[in-house]
Amino acid sequence: MTSTDTDTPLRSPIPAKGRSLWTDAWLRFRRRKLAMAMLWIIGLYALLAAIVFSGLIAADWDQPVVTSEFYERPAWSRLVVADAQGNALTKNEQYRKIAPELWFGTDIFGQSVLRKTLYGARISLTVALLASLLSIAIGVPMGAIAGYCGGLVDEIIVWLYSTLSSIPGFLLILAFAFVLRERLPGITAVYVALGVTSWVGLCRLIRGEVLKHKNRDYVAAAKVYGASQSRIILRHIVPNVSHLILTDFSLRFVGFIHAEVILSYLGLGPKEEPSWGTMINEAKLELTRNPSVWWQLAAATAAVLFLSLALNIAGDAMRDALDPKLKHVA
Amino acid sequence: MWAYIVRRLLYTIPIVFGVLLITFILFNVVPGGSQASEMAGKAASAENIAEIKKEYGWDKPLLINLNAVGEHGILAAFDSQFFHHFKNAASFNFKRSHKTRENILDMLIRGAPYSLALTVPMFLLTLSIAVCIALTVAFARGTAWDVGIVFLCVFGMSLPYLAYILLGQYFFAFKLGWFPITSHDHRWLGLVLPILIGVTAGVGGDVRFYRTVMLDEMNADYVRTAYAKGVTTPRALFVHVLKNAMIPVITRVVLAIPFLFLGSLLLERFFGIPGLGDMTISAINGRDFPVISAMTFIISILFVLGNLATDICYSIVDPRITLS
Repeated sequence: MTSTDTDTPLRSPIPAKGRSLWTDAWLRFRRRKLAMAMLWIIGLYALLAAIVFSGLIAADWDQPVVTSEFYERPAWSRLVVADAQGNALTKNEQYRKIAPELWFGTDIFGQSVLRKTLYGARISLTVALLASLLSIAIGVPMGAIAGYCGGLVDEIIVWLYSTLSSIPGFLLILAFAFVLRERLPGITAVYVALGVTSWVGLCRLIRGEVLKHKNRDYVAAAKVYGASQSRIILRHIVPNVSHLILTDFSLRFVGFIHAEVILSYLGLGPKEEPSWGTMINEAKLELTRNPSVWWQLAAATAAVLFLSLALNIAGDAMRDALDPKLKHVA
Repeated sequence: MWAYIVRRLLYTIPIVFGVLLITFILFNVVPGGSQASEMAGKAASAENIAEIKKEYGWDKPLLINLNAVGEHGILAAFDSQFFHHFKNAASFNFKRSHKTRENILDMLIRGAPYSLALTVPMFLLTLSIAVCIALTVAFARGTAWDVGIVFLCVFGMSLPYLAYILLGQYFFAFKLGWFPITSHDHRWLGLVLPILIGVTAGVGGDVRFYRTVMLDEMNADYVRTAYAKGVTTPRALFVHVLKNAMIPVITRVVLAIPFLFLGSLLLERFFGIPGLGDMTISAINGRDFPVISAMTFIISILFVLGNLATDICYSIVDPRITLS
């Protein structure tokens, strides 16, 4: 042991009290400043999303905020107190220029891009969250059962996921979204299609971990105590692999946010309400206007970018913090 | 070795069967009869619909044709949608596209070269750039260089793919005019910008993947031995480490190859490249079920074969792997 180890709380020779994996991981996570900053960003997104969902802000996104012109430029790009002729603007005119609704300009209908971006979080985050939960709800039990039971059950589940993973992911998602669109309303088709097609990686991961765990002493002990199979899987093994689910969740979430953008481009996304995907797609026509309209693209891209960045970095830090094998490296 | 290959080949049978089953459920069972009336159009008569149903075999029962058994004997039981789906796919006898009335196999053969002309250079460039960056970054792990590059990679992965295409096309083709906006009239020049965009968008994820792979090898004893006997750093990296990191690299490469045929859905559409990706999007927009179904099946089969090839490559590259 080197001398630098003594000042870290993790390496004291005799811990006063045992720490759980989670506490331990949290202590390690907290030391990563960038990761902590990213966690705050995620928190901010969650807070904004909660406010938007409650209807307090941006519920009036479909109301035009300007009547004079389409595609009003973002207010901050021309924070001026005088107009082109050099006449000083009245306070009222200045205020209008920096009204929050106009910070990111307006779209073709004069709707506030800021409000649309905020409101877009509803669909984008709903799709990503429900698709993630759905794929976890399918992947984890399947993986746990396959790994623990083995035999024919294992073979069937492995066959199922090998088959699904042989079909190109995007075609599979498209085919599902395409077919489900007829039966399920609105965005339900989108997240169901994403959820039911992307549990394979997680299932494979959990199966592998459960295979490792099932021969460990604590499982044998639980068996001796007479615990049922379902109890062993749910109460003993799954908690021991749950950190993998959490790490996987953060990266999965990012993937779904990006998938929504592409599905929207293909016309399989939400129709009536704005999402970050539909906003980015509107830029296809906006950019070719003269002068080109870039603010809606910028706002939606920034919304996707910062959330993805935060989740990616925090997810990586979380994986490192939760990996007991890396303890001595960091 | 041969026994292994044969066993591995046999193992692909249930997978191919599964792919057939899933495409069948997706494209025949779930949409039901609705696709025939949809294909016939709004002003179609009942005869038109019946005709289409007959051409695509949708007038038959789904799994087993019990009605026909009485008339035509026991073999007629297989005169059902599923067995026709199976038979047609196995003999690569795909139906005609209902939009263009063209044979789907011909369409695929026509589109594949365009897709490959886009995806193969894109893939090779991304791969070589990513492996080189990953090696140097892994070598300098923990330094500002490493942290900076990894951050850039994550940043690159966090930007939506569509934003890359929109901005790339806007700035370099539309605004600056360095490249043609679509590849219609300039066959090769038109491919340069989509390839560059694809490489830029894809390199981040690859660097991160290969960096992890290289890091696992970097601390191995053989690397220290190599340095100890006086091997230069580039040689240690590119000969010793790279060779040992080959297994995950090969897996990724071989498994990516089938998807090269698929082309790039978005890039092809934006740059007007008439490849398979573009064809898929047209099929989706035109609700052309037979085309999507055939695409899905063919790429899946290529993927299964790619998987097989990977396992065989392992045994060639890494003699430590014994095929038991």
